[in-house]
Amino acid sequence: MMTNVFDHSFDATELDAREGIGTVVTRLRTLGLNDDRAGDVEIALAEAVNNVVEHSYPDTDARGCVGISARWVDDQLTLKIMDGGTPLEGGNMPAGREADLSVALEDLPEGGFGWFLIRQLTESVSYERQQDKNILCLIFNVAE
Amino acid sequence: MSLTSTVAGSARIVTVNADRIDAAVAIQFKEDMRAETEDGPDHVILDLSGVNFIDSSGLGAIVAAMKQMGSGRNLDLAGLTPTVDKVFRLTRMDTVFNLFKSLEDAKAALRQ
Repeated sequence: MMTNVFDHSFDATELDAREGIGTVVTRLRTLGLNDDRAGDVEIALAEAVNNVVEHSYPDTDARGCVGISARWVDDQLTLKIMDGGTPLEGGNMPAGREADLSVALEDLPEGGFGWFLIRQLTESVSYERQQDKNILCLIFNVAE
Repeated sequence: MSLTSTVAGSARIVTVNADRIDAAVAIQFKEDMRAETEDGPDHVILDLSGVNFIDSSGLGAIVAAMKQMGSGRNLDLAGLTPTVDKVFRLTRMDTVFNLFKSLEDAKAALRQ
């Protein structure tokens, strides 16, 4: 059985998020994650972290911290994304439906793809609020 | 992030000089695209061959760039790297844009 565990945290700003996401994905590649799966993990992780930066800490003067905890056991990679900001609206994850693209040019959506991508790219995703913290758990099957 | 632009034949070619189009640069990208495309040829090819990663903010900015060009004009995308290609296919945005493997392919399609 192969087990790898590591943590990484950074400030909840767009630029720190970019660096933090890059650090986590580079670490996973170093541990042997292939290019294809690393791309999937990076897309889902980036959407999850962008949501935290944008929605959990909407007050740009009071931005907190984002913590990522990675646990890779055999074929299963679990990424927990934690923050101390605002809970998800209604306490639940949005459904993340596929966008309707059969519309006129000027009505094409420019956002709302994030949760759809997270759900498409993960084996499962769950959310809980624990001791004033948001914990989003992304699980990937990373079998070769 | 910066954009470089040239006119080749009947098209403007805009090259993205950045490894990523993400939340940190999405607004700047959209504004820079407006500056590059507000006049000149109706056909624009966006060369993404140097971009290794895009998130939904970056995707939204490319959609916005096409919308702000106005109807009757075209924005084609060329040189999508694997992760960028994946985001377009998962969101079905590959049905909205013409995607080409390379800039050469995109230019060849225009000559036909």
